[in-house]
Amino acid sequence: MTAPLDASAKGVVHAAGEKRRPWLPWAVQALRIALCLVFGLPLLFMIVSSFKPDTQIFGDLGSASAFLPVGSLSLDNYQGVFERVPFARFLINSVIISVVTVGLGIVVNSMAAFALSRLKFPGQKLVLGVILATLIVPFETMALPLLWWVNQLPYFDGSIGWLDTYEVQIIPFVANAFSIYLFYQYFDSIPKELDEAATVDGASWFRIYRSIVMPLAGPAIATVAILTFLPAWNSYLWPLMVTQSESIRPAMVGIDYFKQMNVSWGQIMAYASIITVPVLVLFVAFQRAFINSIASSGVKG
Amino acid sequence: MATTVVTDAPASDPVRRARRTTVRRTAGVGWAMLAPAAVLMIVFLIIPILLTFGLAFTNARLISPVPAKFIGIDNFVRLFGSATFWKSLLNTVIFAIVIVPVQSGLALVLALLVNAKVRGTNFFRTVYFLPVVTSMVVVSMLWMFMYQQNGLINALLGRLGIVGPDWLGDSRTALFALIVMSAWQAMGFHMVIWLSGLQTIPGELYEAASLDGASTWQQFAHVTWPGLLQTRTFILITITIAAFSLFTQVNVMTQGGPLDSTSTVVFQAVRTGFQQQQTGYASSISLVFFVIVLAVSLVQRYLTRDKELKR
Amino acid sequence: MPVTLKKIAVAATAMTLAMSLGACSKGGSTPASPAPGGSGSSGAAASEISMWTHNAGNKDELAAIQTIVDDFNGSQAQYKVKLQAFPQESYNQSVTAAASAKKLPCLLDIDQPNVANWAWAGYLAPITGMDDTLSKYLPSTVAKYNGKTYAYGYYDVSLTWVTRKSILDEFGIRVPTIEQPWKADEFMAALKKVKDSGKYANAADIATGWTGEWWPYGFSPLLQSFGGDLINRTDYKTADGVLNGDKAVAWATWFQNLAKDGYIAKKSGSDPSQDFMNGKSAFLWNGSWTAVPVREKFSDVVFAPPVDFGNGGKVGGGSWTWGQSAQCSNPEAAAAYLKFASADKYVALVAQKTNNIPTTDEAAKLVPGFEPGGVNDVFRQYSKKFTVMRPETPGYPYIATAFEKTAKDILNGADPKTSLDALVKDINTNQQQYS
Repeated sequence: MTAPLDASAKGVVHAAGEKRRPWLPWAVQALRIALCLVFGLPLLFMIVSSFKPDTQIFGDLGSASAFLPVGSLSLDNYQGVFERVPFARFLINSVIISVVTVGLGIVVNSMAAFALSRLKFPGQKLVLGVILATLIVPFETMALPLLWWVNQLPYFDGSIGWLDTYEVQIIPFVANAFSIYLFYQYFDSIPKELDEAATVDGASWFRIYRSIVMPLAGPAIATVAILTFLPAWNSYLWPLMVTQSESIRPAMVGIDYFKQMNVSWGQIMAYASIITVPVLVLFVAFQRAFINSIASSGVKG
Repeated sequence: MATTVVTDAPASDPVRRARRTTVRRTAGVGWAMLAPAAVLMIVFLIIPILLTFGLAFTNARLISPVPAKFIGIDNFVRLFGSATFWKSLLNTVIFAIVIVPVQSGLALVLALLVNAKVRGTNFFRTVYFLPVVTSMVVVSMLWMFMYQQNGLINALLGRLGIVGPDWLGDSRTALFALIVMSAWQAMGFHMVIWLSGLQTIPGELYEAASLDGASTWQQFAHVTWPGLLQTRTFILITITIAAFSLFTQVNVMTQGGPLDSTSTVVFQAVRTGFQQQQTGYASSISLVFFVIVLAVSLVQRYLTRDKELKR
Repeated sequence: MPVTLKKIAVAATAMTLAMSLGACSKGGSTPASPAPGGSGSSGAAASEISMWTHNAGNKDELAAIQTIVDDFNGSQAQYKVKLQAFPQESYNQSVTAAASAKKLPCLLDIDQPNVANWAWAGYLAPITGMDDTLSKYLPSTVAKYNGKTYAYGYYDVSLTWVTRKSILDEFGIRVPTIEQPWKADEFMAALKKVKDSGKYANAADIATGWTGEWWPYGFSPLLQSFGGDLINRTDYKTADGVLNGDKAVAWATWFQNLAKDGYIAKKSGSDPSQDFMNGKSAFLWNGSWTAVPVREKFSDVVFAPPVDFGNGGKVGGGSWTWGQSAQCSNPEAAAAYLKFASADKYVALVAQKTNNIPTTDEAAKLVPGFEPGGVNDVFRQYSKKFTVMRPETPGYPYIATAFEKTAKDILNGADPKTSLDALVKDINTNQQQYS
């Protein structure tokens, strides 16, 4: 941590400040480390507690031991978790639901954004306005009408009602105003001359979308993928309303399996850890690409 | 772009006719590419929203053998006479007013801290971002432990000789506690957005400012801050929308209490609709909520548009 | 990030295929059985009905229920019951969602206080022809509405003041008995002694940090012990007088002062039993479900009866019960199962696995600890002597949540009389629709 600050660094920390106040870089570094504690400790508490018996979790609450792997540590909580929850099944379900939502979302939303950004046709502005306006609707307020409504819809096999399927957990969340907006932003920054050149060559609009714009939209695709994966993975209220069979229930709902009258907090911590850690690992592995993608997708007002 | 020009040219002109055909075809392709998203949004978003609007004027119940009846504006009369509603609205507004500057400001500090090219920057970015990838349900449970009267936060304060309050159990501190925890959870996301903005500012501007002998603060005020205009607008709007939708934390941690001090409009709508089974009344709360948030976003759009013009 | 559209399209297609393969049977559930009488195309195949339970994650009770189902399926060839488990936390929402889609299973378990609401809404069908069997059940485990029986349960739970003999001795507090529970003054004097000693973070813990059904279940008996009630039970039309009369106000004032005077936390910790075991409180107001862990930790634990605040000690009654849905296409099968599953040996099995109070005397003899004179027999005695049911009215879910909110407000300093008056007004308005 003793590396000198790069002189070309932008922002508050730069050469001028360094000359006049030599202690500044050290203070800044100390602040960075202190903030690590602020942001990391609650999750550390979760992971450490998952190895402790309940009595000890509560006994340690008022001291630093809460964050430390001390006392009687064991895998008992994890063993308990796997006895109570068909975890592999839930995990597979969560992966299927999240990945399909993200995959379909990328295709559907980028096409819509392409139409709104690159093509010109009447009604466009209005459509974009309506899409953006829907951003203000919190899901919780429309969950009940949506629930009633999906029960009236014909299902693919001809029966009525979508309850207890993968589709009901995926399809309502494929089209996403925020994703459309992010793609729209990004597409606007891709030079339109490319389209014109391609049009002259006789390329269709779909071809331009597929072969010119999308291949250039890597950062936007990555950003949308991440920002739609998180809510899909963490979705809770909706799946608990619409799933009846364990064979299609996602992992997040599994947390309710532990909220009985005699709560085992150690098991809750263990379960919370195992459903969170995969996402954390994924993020840590891709964090550089991830942050760069959000950065280069140029999120703007 | 050639295809954008819609003219009322005489049909005899072959070039123009071809162009107009292209326009028509473009519109067709445009709607076709829009169709999947449009259909999905209409079916799974617009229709449920319209249903909510319709239900707001009925006495519909979640569980009832009796069909719903149209009752005019009774629900709204009841709502505007409800002290809990006004308190919830006030809490929502306070939450938004406090969290928008605090969260975006601190996120900007984080972004500046991790924008420097020092060793370990990626590590710091990752740690600051961790809460964002964690489920809000899980995060809320963790913070409940930390906020307990005999919990971690008070233990830390105790070391400093401060007797901490019962954070979530005291009506004077509960909303504040929720604000801190919510800002903590979402800050990493806005840090990344700020970072993206910072990286669009050309390095030469800083070099030039440095040569002119500008201080750290002057550089920030004259280079960084103006350069972040668009990012600022984006962050303002996203945080405001998220702040108005405050629900999960309240539901897990306080259920609106104590004394309605953390009740929010969305929480009240969900509680009324689910637990108290009054679907019609809950819908009227949602409808009022939509109108308020829409008004706020329009005002924000108007204000930020004004700024862009000035520039 | 070189993500090409082609790769995404391929992945999405593959996933969609995987999904449609996995989902072709709608989550693998067969919500309703074939038409009654029709026993399927494969001749001897039994007609299958589904049964829902709130026991996902509750492995002991789930295993016990599965045993009963297996026994039933093995005992005859006509019907086959298929068990599906839901997490308790969101069970009511799952049932409501299914009911609105007309996809309720044939059999389901129901939290007793919800029975009236669901029966009124037409979710449940009455149970008939079981009066003889159910007359041997504790009355609190047989759920009735409008004179009809809709569900029965294997067990009940009692409330109790948990403390330790060593604590009582140290502070010179009398060990209460079922005949002579603590009186209000005696109990408050005890709390004061404990509080003044400064040895405990809270003299008492009444689980104010819990939310939901605990509030009416745990605290309305205290109200009833003062002489108030949630609703006037003669016709269930009004709460006026019983929920905002002098006695109710006395309860509310006492409740508020518990926190104001520092005897309890306004919001207790996430797990009051753990806090009690860690020595943070001297008295714990809790359900008999806490007996097992507390007894493991302390050898001198005392499970005291409810305090008599003037109108006798009271505890809540009613727990999970089993019934049959009105949307069942094979009611004969459902009725056959309910009859089969009501045997004493199953009562004993479920009660034993859950450490709860067995509903019949015969079963109590089979469950270690609950036999007369056993360590858990007190809970059965408390249940028999002190139980007041939560009001059996379709308005109960509303009463429960409204009561929870008002009680929390009062605990946090809201004026008792004003708050109770407002609560009564809301409850009365809501009750109107059921007449």
